[in-house]
Amino acid sequence: MAFEDQRTTVYKIDPEHPESESLPTLRTEELLLNMGPQHPSTHGVLKVILELEGERLVKSTPVMGYLHRGVEKLAEDGTYHQFIPHTDRLDYVCAMYNNFAYCRAVEKLLNLQVPERAEYLRTIVAEVQRIIGHQFWLSAQALDIGAMTVFFYCFRDREILLDWFDELCGARLTTSWYRIGGVERDLTPALIDKLKQFLDYFPPKIDEYQVFLEKNRIWIGRTKGVAVISAEDAVNFGLSGPVLRGSGVDYDLRKYEPYSAYPKCEFSVPVGKNGDTYDRYWIRVMELYESVKIIRQCLEQMQEGPIMADAPSVTLPPKERVFTNLEAMIQQFKLFSQGFDAPPGEIYCGTEAHKGELGFYIVSTGGGKPYRLKIRAPSFVHMGAFDHMARGYMISDACTIFGTYDVVMGECDR
Amino acid sequence: MHPLLERIQQAFSSGITGLTEWRGDVAVTVSRDKLSEVAQFLRDDPWMDFDYIVHVSSVDWPDDEERFEVVWEFYSIRKRHRIRLKARVPESDCVVDSLTNLWKGADFMEREVYDMMGIRFRNHPDLRRILMPDDYTEGYPLRKDFPLRGKGWRDTFEFLDEIPR
Repeated sequence: MAFEDQRTTVYKIDPEHPESESLPTLRTEELLLNMGPQHPSTHGVLKVILELEGERLVKSTPVMGYLHRGVEKLAEDGTYHQFIPHTDRLDYVCAMYNNFAYCRAVEKLLNLQVPERAEYLRTIVAEVQRIIGHQFWLSAQALDIGAMTVFFYCFRDREILLDWFDELCGARLTTSWYRIGGVERDLTPALIDKLKQFLDYFPPKIDEYQVFLEKNRIWIGRTKGVAVISAEDAVNFGLSGPVLRGSGVDYDLRKYEPYSAYPKCEFSVPVGKNGDTYDRYWIRVMELYESVKIIRQCLEQMQEGPIMADAPSVTLPPKERVFTNLEAMIQQFKLFSQGFDAPPGEIYCGTEAHKGELGFYIVSTGGGKPYRLKIRAPSFVHMGAFDHMARGYMISDACTIFGTYDVVMGECDR
Repeated sequence: MHPLLERIQQAFSSGITGLTEWRGDVAVTVSRDKLSEVAQFLRDDPWMDFDYIVHVSSVDWPDDEERFEVVWEFYSIRKRHRIRLKARVPESDCVVDSLTNLWKGADFMEREVYDMMGIRFRNHPDLRRILMPDDYTEGYPLRKDFPLRGKGWRDTFEFLDEIPR
């Protein structure tokens, strides 16, 4: 069926047929279908207007903004410290990495050195968060495609880590554990033991997830060769993270612009070949193994030391001192009411979150509040390529394509 | 001076209004009419090779003569360097060239800038609001003269009666 720019085509069933004049004509018309805003596989509130030719996607137009809360505007009204809890609510599945990316950006603005132990702690927790993010992604994607068991298995293991977060900072999802210049509190020996136990427990479970999926004919059929994007296009669209690496580009900021304790760890960056949904799945599963490796190395290398930078004009005093010491109390009060005096200037700092490059562009004119704060959210950029990647695939693949980006609308709409 | 900036200075005799380097970030300010040319150079020059678009953003400086500053950030995956390209736009003629023909990813990012700051992009394929509703008429929320609590649109929602005080 040839599809030109015409919206409606009318043609006879068989022009050669002797009675073709009397046969009824078939009118074909493009079908507009609204997917969402309430749809379980859009991972939040997202509407996509799908133009269909039969069951093929001809054009898809994402309609976003249902979760827009004006976070960038709010940032201009609060101090740098006060924005940390807002970052939790961007990508609410992986709050830790948002905190991390934001704190790194502010530290770059202030030219602040973070102590070594804090860097290790940050890397450990960031990688734990990456494991949680990939588990969540795997369960959601499998569920979208129809494999329900994987969902339960992933959530069972994710729960262990969320409880670990709970013990670490008192919250499971909206963590706010990172601080500008360091971290809020140290890992206790009990927490380290629990993490070590998890590291022994987890790798066989990853194999288990894979057994479920890689021998599953439906999973293979619905991911291999679906939503293929070439390396050139992926780069041109600005995709990042596993979506870009699936197309064979090894762009990973942990390697390209090493930060925190990553340069001290040995790990590899899995890179796909075909740029299809299966490769992106494979990369994320391989990254689970790599994260386990990174955490192990960090736990081994980590030495005792301070967890907060020695810069009293910027960093928050420890909580126990705030309650017992007058100067610390004044410092805490001043930092939260006025903020610290950031130097005028502008920086961009990108961090490799598990979804892709999460960047913060901060413009400062001095004073305690950012003049302008722009969040470069990977989900938002990935949605820009949706039409390109979905074109020509079946309507049921639309769910797979949302899933393969790992979109979280809180981050996409900000 | 940073080698990237030197190279740009050599290639363009006019139209470059500022070259800065701060905290390792390299930034070039160009005049509006030279924007497409410089962007093309950044992408196609083998020494520059900026194939990856990072973000498009904008900053509002209400007191300045040319009020808005549009910011593009590029990365080169092969050369592993970063650059920031900036252009100033006056409020009276709030139009700047779109770079979607060079980087397809600029499509959504420029739409967001239009939605949030009201800067229009010439030759953009589909310049509509992206985060705010299509029928939103109160202006552009990230401008500095837009109040943080909005302009009253939310007060028209009739969900609950106000609690009497």
